[in-house]
Amino acid sequence: MTFIQFLLQQAINAISIGSLYALMAIGLAMVFGILRLINFAHGDLIMVGSYTALLMLVAGAPFWAAGLVGIIASALAGLIMERVAYRPIRGAPDVAMLLTSFAVTIFLENFAVLLFSPTPRPFPAPAILGTALQFGQLRVASVDVVAIIVAGVLLVLLTFFITRTEVGVSMRAASQDLLAARLMGINVNRVIAAAFAIGSMLAGVVGLLWSVRVGKIDPLMGFYPVLKAFVASVIGGLGSLPGAVLGGYVLGILEILLQGLLPSSLTPFRDAFVFVILIILLLFRPNGILGTTEREKI
Amino acid sequence: MLKLENVHVYYGHVHALKGITIEVRQGELVALLGANGAGKSTTLMTISGLLRPRSGSITYDGHDLTRADPYDIVGLGAIQCPEGRRIFGGLTVQENLLMGAVRRRDRQAVRQDLDWVCSLFPVLGQRLRQTGATLSGGEQQMLAIGRALMARPKLLMLDEPSLGLAPLIVQAIFDVIRQLHEQGVTILLVEQNARQALQVADRGYLLETGRVMLSGLVTELYANPEVERFYLGGAA
Amino acid sequence: MGDRIQQAEMAPKVMGLRERKPVLKPNVLAVLLLSVLLIGGLAATDLAASAYVQRVVIGLGISIILVVSLNLSNGFTGIFSLGHVGFMAIGAYTAAILTLPVSLKQVNLPDLPAWLGRLELPFLPATLIGGLLAMLIAFLVGLSLMRLSGPYVSVATLGFLVIVQVVLVNWDQVTRGARTFSGVPPHTTLWWVWGWAGLTVYVIWRLARSAYGRQMMAIRDNEIAAQALGINVMRSRLLAFCISAFFTAVAGSLWAHFIMSFSPKSFYFAQTFSIITMLVVGGMGSVSGSVIGTGFVTLLSELLRNAERGINLGFLQIPPIYGASQILMAVIFVLVIVFWPKGLLGERELNFERLWGRLRREEASDRHG
Repeated sequence: MTFIQFLLQQAINAISIGSLYALMAIGLAMVFGILRLINFAHGDLIMVGSYTALLMLVAGAPFWAAGLVGIIASALAGLIMERVAYRPIRGAPDVAMLLTSFAVTIFLENFAVLLFSPTPRPFPAPAILGTALQFGQLRVASVDVVAIIVAGVLLVLLTFFITRTEVGVSMRAASQDLLAARLMGINVNRVIAAAFAIGSMLAGVVGLLWSVRVGKIDPLMGFYPVLKAFVASVIGGLGSLPGAVLGGYVLGILEILLQGLLPSSLTPFRDAFVFVILIILLLFRPNGILGTTEREKI
Repeated sequence: MLKLENVHVYYGHVHALKGITIEVRQGELVALLGANGAGKSTTLMTISGLLRPRSGSITYDGHDLTRADPYDIVGLGAIQCPEGRRIFGGLTVQENLLMGAVRRRDRQAVRQDLDWVCSLFPVLGQRLRQTGATLSGGEQQMLAIGRALMARPKLLMLDEPSLGLAPLIVQAIFDVIRQLHEQGVTILLVEQNARQALQVADRGYLLETGRVMLSGLVTELYANPEVERFYLGGAA
Repeated sequence: MGDRIQQAEMAPKVMGLRERKPVLKPNVLAVLLLSVLLIGGLAATDLAASAYVQRVVIGLGISIILVVSLNLSNGFTGIFSLGHVGFMAIGAYTAAILTLPVSLKQVNLPDLPAWLGRLELPFLPATLIGGLLAMLIAFLVGLSLMRLSGPYVSVATLGFLVIVQVVLVNWDQVTRGARTFSGVPPHTTLWWVWGWAGLTVYVIWRLARSAYGRQMMAIRDNEIAAQALGINVMRSRLLAFCISAFFTAVAGSLWAHFIMSFSPKSFYFAQTFSIITMLVVGGMGSVSGSVIGTGFVTLLSELLRNAERGINLGFLQIPPIYGASQILMAVIFVLVIVFWPKGLLGERELNFERLWGRLRREEASDRHG
């Protein structure tokens, strides 16, 4: 395999995983923009979707149906989460909201451990996603290609949504100035529900792709993805949707780059390096790459 | 049309409004004057439903607004153009204006109103595709007022439209306010710039540390030596 | 406008800071009385109580140190650190490595650098070194983190926790990696723990009441106003962060020598959440609140943990549900945040003088009524 082919392979790897991070980060950014809430439990939506899909698969459903139900389950879980845990504390200080999301995640994870046992279960991937495509000397996992394509389509749809639909524009308005948005008579409950629903659906999609990629699922599977999604969101600027997308891809590329460049003795420390780079980044851009450098208004 | 009776509002422990009684009749332009911190913005925020009075009542057009939600209040046509403009910087001028009409259901009329607002403020029409953050202060104020007008307000509440703007632009904005008043829009105008406000208003209230100190027709207020001394810049 | 609404609420608080009364006689009396009771209680526990009760009391003491020091950073300065357990790990591992007998070191940690492999320190120096190391790391990390605000600082401290975890899991020669670190000599006793707890509470109490404390609270309430007043935000925050890291690491060492074997997983999210729960229940910004909140939550979780093994009420049998206590704690946590967002004591301290005054007023009204 030539060097170019090697680069290409790694590039596809990076973009594929970057796509997953970007989709996750969008969900976080949508909710943070409006509510200033860091939803730790966002990762558990992946888990909810994957387990639901698994149950459907075990029951004999075709993959596309199981996947669809899984995504819907994630969306529903997100809406319930909003209604039960986050709506009652709207307007509370940021810290309280952060801690509540922590509590929700502990609740969901322990509940899942209770229901499903902590041992990982295999996630059967359908034929098309399990194979590898061959382009001459280049070997690419088909799930990676699918991830890139799916992410691309979803991003286009999302852009359309936030620029051309009333709910979408309202969402952007609400995340810029919630008070002014309320003065316009925007239905805040509906906008927030939409943000949760869309973000959770995206999490469901990421969950499916992730489960296929890794091949197994377990109750704590959402933990690392949500952490990565955070980092991605922070890199790009918390609350900014384009920032989330940018951050996701930057993180994906960064991870693959570090994986390749670090000497083998240091590769297990890759995640630590990512966080160190994040902290250094925050030193120079305390609000992320695309975050506003706007100072707090008095 | 709008009546506040003995309204008390608290921010936590701070007693911000201490029994405000204000009335705005149909078609009037009423000015709410007073220094910084007198409670003018608090009054508008309470009317708009973002603050809840601890006691007292607010009636508007026959409806009791005291415990109402901003969503419903806007639905009844009581629209506020907040202090500091608060336009959506990341949205385009057009999107900002359309956000003003978000509560309305009549698509066709909304389109017409967009044209009307652009005729009132031609500069907005020229910058429809630009983002709000790229506008100058005066243009942002026009955008904010235009956005409020897009809601077809029955009661328009303006909070310090002249704040931080050059005199020429202030003049232009007050010309528009005068125009709207002539067209019959009921307006409640909060202003620190008492001179400008009294030039366009029918009646005025003077607020001081949460209380209504003076009220009356503009001619009466002009004649009052207190107003003259403290708010109009001293004896002529 | 929303900012003005927030600011108006700040006004009485900022003014209140200057009116804080010095500690008056009834409070001093009460504290002395409580101390005597505490020492008596500890002695009784040491001599007469069962091993189980002793363990709970030791655990309680360690939790108090953890929660009160976290309060210093989270409650008083408003930097919501999610990574403090990282300092606990640093304290635990450092002290444990230092106190581990040389013979065990040769078996468990054969790849330790020679000078370390020959070292075996007594409990107090090892603990102190652990604390100081954590403080140093807090200083270095804090230099970059303290400039951040709001959610960014929380995510960054979370990053710190992950970094510590990754280092612990991968630095095999020194930490045994993901494997259990065992054989730690059981140096921790009731007296060590509560001695340190008393010191921690005293230091942080004094700090909160000092000029530094007032600065920190001013920063927490309104950072911009504090800067305008000339308060060096960076320095105050860094100081609080470092001191709280020290005590957290000490607690880690105490815990390590109590539980005698642990792994990196012991210092991750479950631990973080349980400490934060105690902090929130007691009230962020109140030292006495932290103590009471910790006691309350510890008691509750012990009860729940016993219930996990199944309850036999004679007519009703609830089967064992392992993990139920965690779930219940999470639910209780959400309930507390929704209904008592300020926790048991909020930002006020337990004030005996006020209680005394209220009691006497009730007495008086009884007589007249």
